Amino acid sequence: MNAIEVNNLTKRFGDFTAVDNLDFEVENGEIFGFLGPNGAGKTTTARMLTGIIKPDSGLIKIKGIDIQRNPIKAKQIIGVVPELSNAYTDLSAWHNLQFMAQLYGIPKNKSTKRAEKLLMKFDLYEWKDHKVKTFSKGMKQKLILAMSLMNDPEILFLDEPTSGLDVRSSRLIKDMVLELNKEGKTIFLTTHYMEEANQLCNRIAVINHGNIAAIDAPEKLKMRIGGLKWVEIGFNIPVDPHDLHAMQGVVDVQKSGDKLRLYTDKPGRIVYQLVDYSRSSNLEILTLNTMTPTLEDIFIKLTEGE
Amino acid sequence: MTVAVILMVIDQLKRALAISKKDIMIYYLKGPVIIFGVLFPAFLFVAFMIGRDLPVDFLIAGLLGMTIFFTSTSITPVIAPTETQTRNLERLASSPVSITTILLGDILASVLFGIGISLVPILLGIALGVTITHPFTLAVAIILASFCFSAMGLIFSSTPTSMTSTVMMMSTMVKFPLVFISGVFIKLGDLPQWGRALASISPLTYITDLCRYSFHETNYYSVYVSISALIMFLIIFMISAVKLHEKSLPKRL
Repeated sequence: MNAIEVNNLTKRFGDFTAVDNLDFEVENGEIFGFLGPNGAGKTTTARMLTGIIKPDSGLIKIKGIDIQRNPIKAKQIIGVVPELSNAYTDLSAWHNLQFMAQLYGIPKNKSTKRAEKLLMKFDLYEWKDHKVKTFSKGMKQKLILAMSLMNDPEILFLDEPTSGLDVRSSRLIKDMVLELNKEGKTIFLTTHYMEEANQLCNRIAVINHGNIAAIDAPEKLKMRIGGLKWVEIGFNIPVDPHDLHAMQGVVDVQKSGDKLRLYTDKPGRIVYQLVDYSRSSNLEILTLNTMTPTLEDIFIKLTEGE
Repeated sequence: MTVAVILMVIDQLKRALAISKKDIMIYYLKGPVIIFGVLFPAFLFVAFMIGRDLPVDFLIAGLLGMTIFFTSTSITPVIAPTETQTRNLERLASSPVSITTILLGDILASVLFGIGISLVPILLGIALGVTITHPFTLAVAIILASFCFSAMGLIFSSTPTSMTSTVMMMSTMVKFPLVFISGVFIKLGDLPQWGRALASISPLTYITDLCRYSFHETNYYSVYVSISALIMFLIIFMISAVKLHEKSLPKRL
């Protein structure tokens, strides 16, 4: 039995079809990334999967439980971290956690231990009696993640969990996600950050216009549009891109900040030519990298025409 | 009903209590809310009663009815729009509770608040020499009316908006006319035929009348009529609130 099974899932808002006949499954224990441009249907899909809104048609099974027929039972085994901070800011961290425990019907003695453990784990124990409105964004996000774990869920839905966080908080959340996955939790991750999806996800689905454009492991997705690679070079003084475009094997040249990016299917040959060019033009090479397509390139390729 | 269903209902009731506890901590246990709950009906009442020669038990019954009405409908309309704005509603909607459970939790908190604040006019009445002839009827009336008005407040909050001002405006537009047609300031028997007909469509009429019965047996309707009317209003308000919120929830998110 898969963690999540989705068949022919459709949701319309008036004449607009937000999610169009989606089919996919998430295996037990995997981190499944859900990527897509704004308005592609990511959040609508996540909300249907978590039972927040009802689909117009289609079937969603959470660990074999039909969430439309048995929403309480299905929601009991999932944890949700919505996109925006939504702990109760007038309550303390402790009361927020206890409220979650009560919503999930967790007995008092168990919920006390679990809340203490989670507060320790997220480095919030000293702040347990402080109202959430005094917390920084990073602390709030850690608390929200802790709240979603109060029921020890089998599946965790994370909607943009690191959005707007500083590097340190973001890394901490990502480490937590990996740790939770190691503990055996299945994770459904909606994110805009390609690098985050690349680092964390076993498989990624790219959704566009309510349809799944591609679904595969990150590296396999990169191979799909493989072929074209690029060499990135930075000189001590600006150079005319047309000079580099004339090199043999260069398909395109684009500016990338203070560097130039030369697209080619033979990066090795381009490197030799660049070294010769720098010698003949008396230029100093500050940086030189050969690169393969990133997940961002895949995303752009799959969702182009936006 | 099977055992599993009974257990599920008990389980959901416990979760509704958790929601009401949260509501009390966030929305009700605030000085301005409590002061407003007592002072507003008192000022309104004094403004209309000054200079009129009416018995004190008549006055206290009207004040009690109004206090329950204003306190029980004061916070329930703003919870949903506030939690829409703060994105707490999405958290609740994703947790294993039904919409009925969420609304029941909101109602329970409001009922406790309404009952608690209703003690103020009762104690004031006792201090002024009013005797409670039928305490049991009064208790039933206060509890029923608190449930009824709290459910009524939820109907206002079903508007899919995150603007509390919009909801409060709608709520005020309905609440104020009700006060003036419900026999709070004038005895129902003194109203013209059309006035009595208008009063009969307001739940506030029946709680005020029950209070008058409980203090001095100066009621217009029989106790059974008033209690049945409040139960009927409660059922209508509760069913309407659940249906309307089921429809509006997806639009809020």
